[in-house]
Amino acid sequence: MKPLLNINRLSKTYGKLKACNNINFNLYPGQVLGIVGESGSGKSTLLNCIGSNLEIDTGEIIYTNSKNEILNIKQLPEPQHRKLTKTEWGFVQQNPRDGLRMNVTAGANIAERLLNVGVRHYGNIREEAKYWLEQVEIDTNRMDDFPHTFSGGMQQRLQLARVLVTKPRLIFMDEPTGGLDVSVQARLLDLLRSLVRNLHLSVILVTHDIGVVRLLAHRLLVMKNGQMVESGLTDRVLDDPQHPYTQQLVSSVLINN
Amino acid sequence: MTKTELNSNSSNSSTEPGFNFAYLDEQTKRSIRRAILKAVAIPGHQIPFSSREMPMSYGWGTGGIQVTASVIGKEDTLKVIDQGADDTTNAVNIRRFFKKVCGVNTTEKTSEATLIQTRHRIPETPLKEGQTIVYQVPMPEPLFVIEPSRTEAAKMHALEEYGSMYVKLYEDITNYGYIATAYDYPVIVNDRYLMKPSPIPRFDNPKMNNNPALQLFGAGREKRIYAVPPYTKVKSLDFEDYPFSVENWDNKACEFCGSTDSYLDEVVIDNEGTRMWICSDTDYCNGQLIVNSLNCMS
Ligand SMILES: Nc1ncnc2c1ncn2[C@@H]1O[C@H](COP(=O)(O)OP(=O)(O)O)[C@@H](O)[C@H]1O
Ligand SMILES: [Mg+2]
Ligand SMILES: [Zn+2]
Repeated sequence: MKPLLNINRLSKTYGKLKACNNINFNLYPGQVLGIVGESGSGKSTLLNCIGSNLEIDTGEIIYTNSKNEILNIKQLPEPQHRKLTKTEWGFVQQNPRDGLRMNVTAGANIAERLLNVGVRHYGNIREEAKYWLEQVEIDTNRMDDFPHTFSGGMQQRLQLARVLVTKPRLIFMDEPTGGLDVSVQARLLDLLRSLVRNLHLSVILVTHDIGVVRLLAHRLLVMKNGQMVESGLTDRVLDDPQHPYTQQLVSSVLINN
Repeated sequence: MTKTELNSNSSNSSTEPGFNFAYLDEQTKRSIRRAILKAVAIPGHQIPFSSREMPMSYGWGTGGIQVTASVIGKEDTLKVIDQGADDTTNAVNIRRFFKKVCGVNTTEKTSEATLIQTRHRIPETPLKEGQTIVYQVPMPEPLFVIEPSRTEAAKMHALEEYGSMYVKLYEDITNYGYIATAYDYPVIVNDRYLMKPSPIPRFDNPKMNNNPALQLFGAGREKRIYAVPPYTKVKSLDFEDYPFSVENWDNKACEFCGSTDSYLDEVVIDNEGTRMWICSDTDYCNGQLIVNSLNCMS
């Protein structure tokens, strides 16, 4: 099987700080990749580099699109690039404020991605928005309410609906359960799990929470100080960690829980 | 717009001494005309220009005045309207200004004007080939409501990314059941650029489409000029199932001239607060009155 995404010697610095240092991995269709590591290890930087929110210093990001064309993201002309991030890709931000328009209704937030690809039929847009609200378990009666009236968990699910409406193939998520109550986290995780399976999504998921990746991720990538110290199947990495840092990460979770 | 004045310091008997023809110096006018030519070449696209200080403050239409000053010639006949009327303070002042610094003929008749400067209306009398209409624009950037960054807005124009603009229309239909934007209703020019028509009522939007006259837009404070050349397609944004439509007044007629197809203003006519509906375009209303009286006589 051809990889959906191929990350090749990716590096990113902030001044002298090497936030991501020579990262390599492949992501295959339908796969959920978890990026774990303690705070400040470079997880968000890596995700934002791949998701085109940040410019990379060196390295390559190779993506195979829905037409089976192999695209070098850095060399992709800007119109296609922007189109890609608004259709086949979707970014669920850590802070819903960065991923939603707070001053327009929930429905309009979902509508915008359809409007961006040229849909101009109000009735059809409403139907689609309703459908995706249902899929993320938001009461469709809330469609015409503003996102700031939503709870944190609902805002995260609205971000998902907004992204899913263009039927993306690749989704980026940064700490999707961060800041949510434990029971709300559990519900979101269950939802994510079924969406990923039913929609055959490929996902790159950043979290500092080992519990989240145990439930969702097929593969893990462990980061420390901008470096990838270990990677592999989730069960293998968690049950038989090789790198001392990973061992420490896993054991601290056992102690904390 | 007729031949422009080239001889900079020629003293014209009817203009005030001490001013250059049309107030601005020749170099400034040339630079503004270059911006206008670019604007005409790319319909609906905003062209930056170095806006000058004018002897009135922003908000009085300095952008439109600079455009008018740059294209006006001695042979021109100028009409100035504000909200459709020739006799409001703003219109009178601007007309007086140009009379003083150009010595041109002025008129209130749309059909007689070669150059029309306007704020908030397009005349009801259809414009013709050879006429130029100059709009005063307070805020030229249609994307500003959704994208405050000018750089990002420029990118969205360049890539024709106008989807987000429809979010506002979506919200209107959701809240009111129809598109409620009444003024400055955004349009797509020549199937390409998104443009603000300045705060004219949306009633006037269809007049911009395929108009035989040259339409110029000047924004002084924002330093932008844009244009719609004659016979250019201008389409108001809408949805397939909520097509663009103009205001109607439930078959009300102008209480002066009886017109049912002109834009009506509701005005208070006495101290008791009595209201009536009359044409906003005073020249058109007067013209209809004359037509009516001729019809009565025959
Ligand atoms: N915009 C920035 N400018 C400078 N340093 C940054 C910036 N963003 C993050 N960093 C630094 O880069 C390192 C990695 O940060 P980040 O990618 O946010 O880590 P994580 O998501 O794993 O917590 C940290 O040391 C952080 O302080
Ligand atoms: Mg982070
Ligand atoms: Zn009338």
